[in-house]
Amino acid sequence: MEVRGTAALVTGASRGLGAALARRLAAEGGRVVLVARGAEELERTVAAIRAAGGEAYGIPADVGDKHAVHAIAGAAAAMVGPVELLVQNASTLGHVPLRPLLDTDCEALESALAVNLVGPFRLAKLLAGPMALRGRGLVLDVTSDASIAAYPGWGAYGVSKAALDHLGRILGAELDGTGVRVLTVDPGEMNTRMHADALPDADAATLLDPDVVAARIVRLIRAADAQASGARVEAASWEAAS
Amino acid sequence: MTPATWPREEPLDERMLVVDPRADSWRDARLRDLPRWLRAGDLLVVNDAATVPASFFAATSTGAPLELRLASHLGDERWRAVLLGEGDWHTRTEDRAAPPPVEAGDELRIGPELTATVEAVDPLRPRLAVVRFSLRDAALWTALYRHGRPVQYAYVARELELWHVQTPFASRPWAVEMPSAGRPLAWALVLELRKRGLRVASLTHAAGLSSTGDPAIDAVLPLPERFDLPGPTVRAVTEARLAGGRVVAAGTTVVRALEGCAALHGGELVAGEATTDLRIDGAFRPRVVDGLLTGLHAIGSSHREMLRAFAPEPLLARAWAHAEAAGYVDHEFGDACLVLGG
Repeated sequence: MEVRGTAALVTGASRGLGAALARRLAAEGGRVVLVARGAEELERTVAAIRAAGGEAYGIPADVGDKHAVHAIAGAAAAMVGPVELLVQNASTLGHVPLRPLLDTDCEALESALAVNLVGPFRLAKLLAGPMALRGRGLVLDVTSDASIAAYPGWGAYGVSKAALDHLGRILGAELDGTGVRVLTVDPGEMNTRMHADALPDADAATLLDPDVVAARIVRLIRAADAQASGARVEAASWEAAS
Repeated sequence: MTPATWPREEPLDERMLVVDPRADSWRDARLRDLPRWLRAGDLLVVNDAATVPASFFAATSTGAPLELRLASHLGDERWRAVLLGEGDWHTRTEDRAAPPPVEAGDELRIGPELTATVEAVDPLRPRLAVVRFSLRDAALWTALYRHGRPVQYAYVARELELWHVQTPFASRPWAVEMPSAGRPLAWALVLELRKRGLRVASLTHAAGLSSTGDPAIDAVLPLPERFDLPGPTVRAVTEARLAGGRVVAAGTTVVRALEGCAALHGGELVAGEATTDLRIDGAFRPRVVDGLLTGLHAIGSSHREMLRAFAPEPLLARAWAHAEAAGYVDHEFGDACLVLGG
């Protein structure tokens, strides 16, 4: 997918991988709407993109809130036109520090599912339909290796990401032939606040820079037409193979 | 006819009155039967406008309450709006109190961060005003979604949520009332139509208010409305017609956009944004649209008048009498009507 001129919506965009993706998409001529819960941090990220000459708008909202999704989709389309690229990057870990499932509150599991699965479902439901009618679009969901590996302590998050992977597979199959692709991308372990929350003792030197990963994912977006819709892609091994 | 008072569980089970002007006949059907009445090569065009939460409670600087209903977007932070007095949708629009007197320069307070300044009041129709909001761009849209409620009418059973008034393909928030013909077109149906070799394309049309409670305003509805016709949809229409397919509009707003566009360009469709003030009645000769899927509009309404451009009034009158007797329901959550020559 050509990024220049594309109307893009990125969730979880105030920092980390989301902010890096929004910056790179805007730098390549994308018209980018950033969504995040924290209004101040979001505004700083938006202002930085604009200062660099990019087109960016911020919508402070929680993707896990049922009442917020229409506002996100509507305000985004009002600012940049029908959204053609949806990057679902917002996630929550559940309990921090991480806890084994037997210690996980039911509410923490529910809120992880609300933000990591149901929110992305709702946004995809709102945005992929108009994309299909226009015959062009990409839904890109950010997942994690925790969606496949059974890491102790990562229960709420891993379950939600495993379901997100499968949401992408089924949505991709259902939209086959419409011109809308669905990809799920595992970015790898990055030096982000979320990673520090989960594994505070990790050696930062062993972690990927989110901006390097963002560059890789933007290349994947450009090459999206060659990917099977619904596929789960590991960003690093995809790039090594291409 | 009785109004539908709430969205129903399974849109595909909703009834569809099929009126065939060529056969001079009507039949009872269900929405899920739609593929049987269309054929490969036909093109269905839908309105992908999302519905804005267009109703706002506000107060004048002296504290007098009023309701502001957005009618049409004039660009940036300016909107044409209809002002209603104290009260809400529970009261029939025509029974609503007059708004407190406002004049240019008055500030209407909507929320802690949002006000609307009155720029002009229509001298002949004082409920019709132009307002300018105090916020811009994403901040304005975020505030509109925070404070606005869907416009709704007294026959609806309960307070509507925004998701009740969106079609399955709603995109840009241009409509102040749901373009309701698209509402029952579930994706299962759209994908089935495509599988059968039909094309489904979209345009965006800023559907306006259907009622304001002021006879002087209602008499001139619909007001001029903005539309955007995408290039691929223009090509789909051209290709369908060349191949002998029929162009079927999902809703009166789609008819207005396509015929309005053709009227502006000597019968041709040209991609892009424009505004139409076209009114379509029995004297109108459609140049683009062969038929339409719509609701069972009240006799005398502008929507019902439009149908006379596609079928003769005696046939429509017979079909409507049948629908009434057979218990069809009308308004935005009501049953459907397909007017299309076989």
